[in-house]
Amino acid sequence: MSALLDRRLVVVTGKGGVGKTTVAAALGLVAARRGRRTVVCEVAQQERLAGLFGVHDVGNREAELAPGLFSVSIQPERAMHEWLRHQLKSGALAGLLGHSRLFGYLTAAAPGVTELVTMGKVWDLAQAKRRTGGSAFDTVIMDAPATGHALALLRAPRTYANIARVGPIARQAGSIDAFLRDRSATGVVCVALPEEMPVNETVDLERRLGEDLGLEIDQVVANAVLPERFDAGEVKRLREAGTGAAVAAALIGEQRTRGQQEQLARLRAEIRAPVTTLPYLFEPEPLRRELELLSDRLEEAQ
Amino acid sequence: MIEDWLERKQVCICAGSGGVGKTTASAAIALGMAARGKKVAVLTIDPARRLANALGLRELGNEERRVDAGVDGELWAMMLDAKRTFDELIEWHAPDERTRDAVLSNRIYQELSNALAGSQEYMAMEKLYELSQEGHYDLLVLDTPPTRNALDFLDAPRKLSEFIDSRSLQLLMAPGLFGLKVLGRGTNMAFSVMKRATGIDLLQDLGEFFRSFGDMTEGFRERALRVNELLGQRSTAFVLVTSPRREAVDEGIYFHRRLKDSGLPFAGVIANRVQRGGGPAKRRELEDLLGGELAAKVYDSYEGTRRLAERDQANLDLLRRRLGRTPLIEVPHLPDDVHDLDGLRRMDEFLFD
Repeated sequence: MSALLDRRLVVVTGKGGVGKTTVAAALGLVAARRGRRTVVCEVAQQERLAGLFGVHDVGNREAELAPGLFSVSIQPERAMHEWLRHQLKSGALAGLLGHSRLFGYLTAAAPGVTELVTMGKVWDLAQAKRRTGGSAFDTVIMDAPATGHALALLRAPRTYANIARVGPIARQAGSIDAFLRDRSATGVVCVALPEEMPVNETVDLERRLGEDLGLEIDQVVANAVLPERFDAGEVKRLREAGTGAAVAAALIGEQRTRGQQEQLARLRAEIRAPVTTLPYLFEPEPLRRELELLSDRLEEAQ
Repeated sequence: MIEDWLERKQVCICAGSGGVGKTTASAAIALGMAARGKKVAVLTIDPARRLANALGLRELGNEERRVDAGVDGELWAMMLDAKRTFDELIEWHAPDERTRDAVLSNRIYQELSNALAGSQEYMAMEKLYELSQEGHYDLLVLDTPPTRNALDFLDAPRKLSEFIDSRSLQLLMAPGLFGLKVLGRGTNMAFSVMKRATGIDLLQDLGEFFRSFGDMTEGFRERALRVNELLGQRSTAFVLVTSPRREAVDEGIYFHRRLKDSGLPFAGVIANRVQRGGGPAKRRELEDLLGGELAAKVYDSYEGTRRLAERDQANLDLLRRRLGRTPLIEVPHLPDDVHDLDGLRRMDEFLFD
């Protein structure tokens, strides 16, 4: 993971509901603790990240969540406006175009534009000299959407580079695509749960990333792994005791743990990338303290 | 209970945020209704492999297949291929072979129909509409694709027809894209600024692309309107699938409000994988039964479970308060992962009793 956090961009994806935002935040904490100026960007307009740190109403700001750790929520319309302004070297012209209904319809009709400008903004954040101004970041962590949409996002620059062939869009889309495919610049983390479907989706993502984009997963994080509390002898004693809600719950927990361990073994067998695990948190919702705990575990995992 | 929700319904749309078990719930509903004598088809997009295998779908195919589920009715399943559906639509709407080939071989169409981020949503509904028109089934169950926003798919047909109605499409389809003097200075200016921003090639190709769509747009617009109508029909039922986690519950509340505001037929909520708790454990009794060390572990694990159960109930209480009289079914977190027909059958008693 050390090498992973030396990249300028780390894309965090995985099946829906596996804890991508939490893992992205924990990774961000690790990077920031190492003295890297880090920004975690959300692209799904959810703005959940700042909430994890108890910071609210961040809007478009690059909000500082912890020393050296920032967050930003990328809004496609705004990213589009920034791009136009840079392209046309004129705020007025960009405003004219941005407010033109024709342009609005065109961008809505040419699917993938949202994805392209979003990736453009992520790419810009990861550059030493940012087009849009602002201080540079050492590490950008992208809290990407679920695998299907993440693939669409990662593919958009290449799609547009191919479509446009020449001109400024082709040039810029080509640069973004090259950056994403440069393994010394960009890393990919896939978050999974040790369950049948998330494991399948991770295996599938690794294959599709490779086939469609020539990318590899650098790290798989298996999240919410239940503790292996009981050894075989203890399980036997519990079965024999067999009375009461607490014992029954322990046996069900044991059954789930076994199921998870089987899926973890399958994940390790079917995935080329290294797999690290994070513990299940028996807390109502992950908050700052739990995030610290998870980032400690990620640091240890190297 | 689900049986009541789906009485006299021909379409059941399962929606919800990612990772809550939408695919599983859709399949369990379809299997349960088939077991009760109905001829049911479940449409799903790219579900995990083993569930697909259990349903007899080894590969992506755009046609329904019969699942050998040993039920009184019939269970059919289909895994949707968005790109193929798009191609089929073009073939259907194209007035002649020349137009069809022009679109299918257009570079922009090829790039976009592969990468099209929004197309899955629309294509899922398109397929639903097609099957409902054919009328071979008593009930169609749609597992909606995972979207950023659980409701993106609702807007897809409207967006498409709006775009087709728009003046900009007419412009793009007009021959000689950049000789548009008649259209007024504003438009010309917008185009010339766009040229600077994008590079001319892209716009010309786009123009060519939309021009080749030419005669098909009316057909597409008609179709999109009908798909939209299907959603609001009384024979359609929306079912929200949620987990008892706070984020999913918040999204569920939003979803419910939006459906109500749009006047769409909402049947109820399935809260999936709800942790069941119990009364406090008596530590002393556990120690007598198991000895100190093992008792402490059992106690800890039980307390953890109880905390989760309390959290789930608090979140579901919030959901109930906000949903008013909308019925809610709780499916407990089962000890085993649900990923095959047996697993689906285990969900049956909670969904249907």
